[in-house]
Amino acid sequence: MAEIRVIAGETSTVSSAPKRHLISIDDLNREIVERLLATARNFSRSLEREMKKLPTLRGRTIVNVFYESSTRTASSFELAAKRLSADVMTMRASGSSVEKGESLKDTTRTLTAFQPDVIVVRHPQIGAPKLIAETTSAHVVNAGDGKHQHPTQALLDLYTMQEALGHLSGLQVAIVGDVMHSRVARSLVQALNLVDARSICIGPPALIPRGFEQIGCEVSSDISGIETADVVYVLRMQQERIAAGANFVPSLREYTARWGITPARLRPGQVVMHPGPVNRGVEIDARVVDSPESLITTQVRSGLVVRMAVLYDLLTQGPVSLAPTVDMNEVA
Amino acid sequence: MILHSKAAAHGSLTICGARVLDPGAGVDALLDVKIEKGTITELAQPGGKKSAGKAVEAEGLILAPAFVDPHVHLRTPGREDEETIASGSAAAAAGGYCAILAMPNTSPTVDNAAVLGALIEQAQEEAQIPTGFMAAISRGLKGEELTEMGELADAGAAAFSDDGQPVRSAALMRRALQYAGSTGRRLALHCEEKTLSSRGQMHEGAVSAELGLAGYPSVAESVAVGRDLALAAYEGQPIHLMHLSTSESVELLRRALVDGVQVSAEVTPHHLCLTDEAVRTLDTNLKMNPPLGSETDRLALIEALRSGAISCIATDHAPHARQEKDVPFEAAPSGVTGLETAFAALYTHLVEPGLLPLETLLDRMSAGPAQAFDLPVPRIGVGEPANLVLLDLEATWLVREERFRSLSANSWLLGEALRGEVALTVAAGRVVCGSERVTA
Repeated sequence: MAEIRVIAGETSTVSSAPKRHLISIDDLNREIVERLLATARNFSRSLEREMKKLPTLRGRTIVNVFYESSTRTASSFELAAKRLSADVMTMRASGSSVEKGESLKDTTRTLTAFQPDVIVVRHPQIGAPKLIAETTSAHVVNAGDGKHQHPTQALLDLYTMQEALGHLSGLQVAIVGDVMHSRVARSLVQALNLVDARSICIGPPALIPRGFEQIGCEVSSDISGIETADVVYVLRMQQERIAAGANFVPSLREYTARWGITPARLRPGQVVMHPGPVNRGVEIDARVVDSPESLITTQVRSGLVVRMAVLYDLLTQGPVSLAPTVDMNEVA
Repeated sequence: MILHSKAAAHGSLTICGARVLDPGAGVDALLDVKIEKGTITELAQPGGKKSAGKAVEAEGLILAPAFVDPHVHLRTPGREDEETIASGSAAAAAGGYCAILAMPNTSPTVDNAAVLGALIEQAQEEAQIPTGFMAAISRGLKGEELTEMGELADAGAAAFSDDGQPVRSAALMRRALQYAGSTGRRLALHCEEKTLSSRGQMHEGAVSAELGLAGYPSVAESVAVGRDLALAAYEGQPIHLMHLSTSESVELLRRALVDGVQVSAEVTPHHLCLTDEAVRTLDTNLKMNPPLGSETDRLALIEALRSGAISCIATDHAPHARQEKDVPFEAAPSGVTGLETAFAALYTHLVEPGLLPLETLLDRMSAGPAQAFDLPVPRIGVGEPANLVLLDLEATWLVREERFRSLSANSWLLGEALRGEVALTVAAGRVVCGSERVTA
């Protein structure tokens, strides 16, 4: 019989088995992306029923930790967990011990003591989800870390494009605006590369990071570059980028004139997306937001089913085969 | 007197059978080195008559002049939880050093003779190896008013530096050059154009673009290097450029040397061994100022070190408390420790792969920095003070937190196996590391 020895440190509550996390697009490959999108499609069908709740993650605990304000992502993750019957708790930094100076690692240890299955985190600092993943025994999902990554946004964008246009491979996507400060752009370019779609990033020169083309996209400051795109993906333009001392662009007025997405700049057949929240009249004309070509609210709906798929996928460790079999007779 | 330490314990010691390697003195031979009362008294063929007194068996090892580090943060006064004169100098001893210069960006700043005097007294009590202190160029490192450099020089300031901060105003920089010239002490400059580096977290390039970390462009350094070289040339005063990190700066340095500008320069082990690619791990022990550059930068720095344009290796040993580095990358302070790993890191990453000859490494860690700051140059010769490091080039060791004598462990080498170990250090005649090897 094998001898059992306890080595110092081995009694730690953090399991040494590798856990799957979704921290950046680098954690995915094409196969996983396709599996997640297929799962999301199945969940989408289940949501067409009157009784929308599935028992799939009953008894599981999901903790959302939001260190940054968020409407759509926080509510989308919370509803995704509830639709799957998981117990969900949302903690915001304000009013928590974070305000009393608790470190990120200590907060993580505190939350881990409740034995959550998944921690979903939004944090203003790059690498915070990775630090949490190194500290907790739960699976970690990055719901946005600084300017680094927002992988579930990229997945819901792929899902939206696939549903609207029927395919991803070979699509041309123009990403327009403040690429520099956008975690959405970083994740999306990488995700599009995974599925053999192409992207071009267009914006004011100071808002396209030096060397950005090396992550696998074209870059340009010429707005006419959107012409050949199937999808025009508009990024949020923030007032603070023109604050005194920043000077990324001289004024919002000048930005809008040169890079704003107006009906005149679009050609028939192009669809328009935006991760929200939208600044109508700044990076995108209100008429475009409200047009039939706009997929902006579709993106929000996609967010729910894609996040359901991500939570489901992380918690069903079994063979990677497949989309879940949703038993229509089983009711929570 | 610029360097201060505990009084030397005097006795006699013979280091037997090592390959004695002092490139500057032209020595490369198997020799027994005898030390009496802190001075080298005899170099003899090995295997001769056993002399009385203590001995170290050193066959198979290299005995070289001990190292000099012109850029160390001892965090005293103010952050004695991170480092003290005692712990920092013990770390230096473990790294093979016989002299270090400490930076003045402490709390309070070393910008007046009272603070400097207290540090010197403390060093005489507790410094394991000779330790010198730089004083600030500007009061409170604010870049507004010059410090009383004359009084500070008389009180024992080794040089002047606003390290951690550039001297922002070109006009104040010019006045500092003019005034420091009258004191005979050199200015050691941290070159950074703050309006360009801004909130930069890492070298600006493809990796920063991908990670989303704010970029610190290489021109933020070279623009400042260019300014300070132009001012030094105009005033005819010497300057020392600290922790150069970019190929553009190296090019400016090279041209200035050709033009006869009195300039010396240093480079750190981390800028010689790593590039911005390493930052992908988001390990906060890879965050430093200036940041790790591109491979082009690294190769330019190695070439400048080889040619002698950069004559000094400086660790920029910057201890930080564990809780300060145990945070997301953007929230972490810049700086890494280096005293205890410098030689092994450079031996492993540069000498073993054939990028730099061992002799050059030894020179740039010892004679180069000593000459730049007019400190006594460690030499192995009869009549020289005993400042020696015994190196085991065959040894492989694992960098572990428990091994450090520094109070901080923010090393970029944690967990890495390195070749080349310091077996013994003799500083100012005292065995300050490896005393277990001494037999009666």
